[in-house]
Amino acid sequence: MPLYLEIAITALLVIAGVFGLVGSFGLLKLADPMARLHAPTKATTLGVGGVLLASMLHAWAAEGQVSFHELMVTLFLFATAPVTANYLAKLHVHRVIDRKTLPLTGTVTDWATLPEKVDTAASPAHEPALQALRD
Amino acid sequence: MIAMALTFAIGCFALGLALNLWRLLSSPTLGDRILALDTMAINMIALVVLLGIATGLEAFFEVSLVIAMVGFVSTIAYARFYLRGNIIE
Repeated sequence: MPLYLEIAITALLVIAGVFGLVGSFGLLKLADPMARLHAPTKATTLGVGGVLLASMLHAWAAEGQVSFHELMVTLFLFATAPVTANYLAKLHVHRVIDRKTLPLTGTVTDWATLPEKVDTAASPAHEPALQALRD
Repeated sequence: MIAMALTFAIGCFALGLALNLWRLLSSPTLGDRILALDTMAINMIALVVLLGIATGLEAFFEVSLVIAMVGFVSTIAYARFYLRGNIIE
């Protein structure tokens, strides 16, 4: 294996490991639930991307042909991480935060994810089951 | 050189998994638990790919792809159940 490829793979692996560790540590360290969403969805995804890039380079250096399995995993992860983050942020806005403490949007419309009117009287039928799920 | 970097990266992601487990056990809200589970799935993908580099086996990449899909679907299903009380309406 040529030296420059070896250096590139090593650098990618070290950078990816640091990014993954920072993402997991941020999930533990950050104070606010909304802020905690940043660490895994950005840093850890970048870390996995680095690992997959290193894996592609390694396969290319070892066998002489680029394998596209890693590219599939990378594309899948980069497509699904924002969806997951969006869902979890929505869950937080709907279920955890009090609506009155949300910042104003600055336009005539309210937050798009919220219903027009908060109807606390018409509680859905699944409410007891969800209550049991909560701490 | 690559072997040392592999050991370092595997150690980082394993430590990350342990931190996620801690978060999972000590999180204040259910949303944080779902997020911790999702991060554990992502870290597992990284570990499986690193194992694939270390052993040179091609089969590990299919494993990582399956873990990625199952992790995504389970996270969305759990978040959706908590949000709507229903997964497929």
